Amino acid sequence: MTKIATRDAYGKALVEIGEKNPNIIVLDADLSKSTKTADFAKHYPERFFDMGIAEANMIGTAAGLAASGKIPFVSTFALFGTLRVGDQIRNSICYPHLKVKIAVTHSGLTLGEDGASHQAIEDIAMMRAIPNMTVIVPADAEETKKVIHAAAEYDGPMYIRLGRPALPQVFDESYTFEIGKGTVVNQGSDVTIIAMGVMLHPALEAAKILEQEGISARVINMATIKPIDQEIIIQAAKETKGIVTAEEHNIYGGLGSAVAEVVTEHAPTTVKRVGVNDTFGESGKPDELLEKYGLTKEHIMEKVKEILK
Amino acid sequence: MAIEAQTLASLKQTAITIRKDIVKMVAEASSGHPGGSLSAADIVTVLYFNEMNIDPANQNDPNRDRFVLSKGHASPVLYAALAEKGFFPREELMTFRKINSRLQGHPSKKSLPGVEMSTGSLGQGLAAANGIALAGKLDKRDYRVFTMLGDGEIQEGMIWEAAMAADHFKLDNLTAFLDYNHLQIDGNVEDIMNPAPVDDKFRAFGWHVIIIDGHDMKQIDDAIQEAKQIKGKPTMIIANTIKGKGISYMENQVGWHGTAPNKEQLQQALEELNGGKQND
Ligand SMILES: Cc1ncc(C[n+]2csc(CCOP(=O)(O)OP(=O)(O)O)c2C)c(N)n1
Ligand SMILES: [Mg+2]
Repeated sequence: MTKIATRDAYGKALVEIGEKNPNIIVLDADLSKSTKTADFAKHYPERFFDMGIAEANMIGTAAGLAASGKIPFVSTFALFGTLRVGDQIRNSICYPHLKVKIAVTHSGLTLGEDGASHQAIEDIAMMRAIPNMTVIVPADAEETKKVIHAAAEYDGPMYIRLGRPALPQVFDESYTFEIGKGTVVNQGSDVTIIAMGVMLHPALEAAKILEQEGISARVINMATIKPIDQEIIIQAAKETKGIVTAEEHNIYGGLGSAVAEVVTEHAPTTVKRVGVNDTFGESGKPDELLEKYGLTKEHIMEKVKEILK
Repeated sequence: MAIEAQTLASLKQTAITIRKDIVKMVAEASSGHPGGSLSAADIVTVLYFNEMNIDPANQNDPNRDRFVLSKGHASPVLYAALAEKGFFPREELMTFRKINSRLQGHPSKKSLPGVEMSTGSLGQGLAAANGIALAGKLDKRDYRVFTMLGDGEIQEGMIWEAAMAADHFKLDNLTAFLDYNHLQIDGNVEDIMNPAPVDDKFRAFGWHVIIIDGHDMKQIDDAIQEAKQIKGKPTMIIANTIKGKGISYMENQVGWHGTAPNKEQLQQALEELNGGKQND
């Protein structure tokens, strides 16, 4: 099976939506080869703006374009498209509820060798806390494609978190993506694993091994972190003995927190979080980093067993 | 006082060592940024081996001079200088960008001795250098603060906020270098978001501006000495440089911003550096 990076799928999907809709505008901040917006730039040079290394200005400009009927997709690395420009996103995009899509790449630890200075592990917490913002984390290339097509139609601000490494494909063409809906990708009755992005594949692998050990693990892909699918979480909380969340993000404020919030209010049960344990990352190869910072199928299985103990 | 011929010769030799270390580190890591490290190599060499009052044996000396590498992706040039200066063992250079290393992809103040500020997110180093210079004024210490900016980096708005503040606070203990190599990642700075005229801009922001050839060590040193004489305002040394300087196939090539040389390319690079091609 060929692996594809979500950023590559993003580059392709941008060209598709650009062809369908002349109002799609793309902005980048000197990273178009890495974010893959260079494909769009080649096809529609008059609708592509390289803003240089000036992310705050890029966000503000996108707000103005959106206020004038355009649909800007804004790309850079996750860190520079969120933490660098938090107030600009809040006050110029979310507050006026503008149709700007912030689609960032190189999120999380799997950005790799550039190290902690570039590894966004707080972005979801931040984006999730801004009113009016929708937060999406695709898990593979097929899902990315569907997300980008949905984003072009969606009337409001959206944050889409993409990654650098090539990922195994989980979904085929028959997959349908709906904003705000999680998907059960593996049926199970003992325990539930809720994963996003890079962590979906290890979650499925963990479920496979657990099955051989006689443990039936439900796996849910939670592509929309906000608004989160309460129904699917409550159902899992009631039907299984507990929930393990898995995310390439700080355990504070991300998927695990979002799930715990729903569970606590509506269907109290045990929630164990697999994520970055409130520490900065470092330089290294993506797989080495996932291992060192506790983001593998083994770490997921360990939490599952803690619940079933 | 002008730099002596003997010193000049020895500095040129050091710059060759620094350049060799840069390409070796990046090749060993199969990752990193050779182009902007090489364009900054001569300036960093003059600073660390002729100008700055720093001592690895007394790293926390409150009177030491400081260097902030605002364009943090050029970490290899800083690491090579720090190792050569004795801040950590040279062998450690080969751990660059690997897991569990102190030599992070971008300089980390907390992990590596000699790094004065964590950088890598572009546009933030000048403000930090301002802060260090301001503290020097408050404490009535006469250390000097140096920083190095990229010509793409100065597209960041924060650079201009800091530029305004440096003049407002009369930070004449601050000297900044602009590594004017005319390239960023997506292409020529002139095509992406043209910062020109940079000299007039910094002058308008109240800075003393000196324009030099950033590969001519005498000019680098003269500019540093001139900056020391300027009172009441910071100095910007606009250094005209060549990205990838010293390695023929890298020079002025946008593709060598963040690409590692393979084994054969490394071999060629080291041969060229040994041949002393940049001793022109
Ligand atoms: C805030 C921020 N945005 C984007 C990047 C990614 N980036 C790393 S280097 C670089 C280009 C830098 O160009 P320049 O300042 O000219 O550096 P040089 O040519 O000296 O290497 C970019 C965009 C970053 N590190 N920080
Ligand atoms: Mg440059």
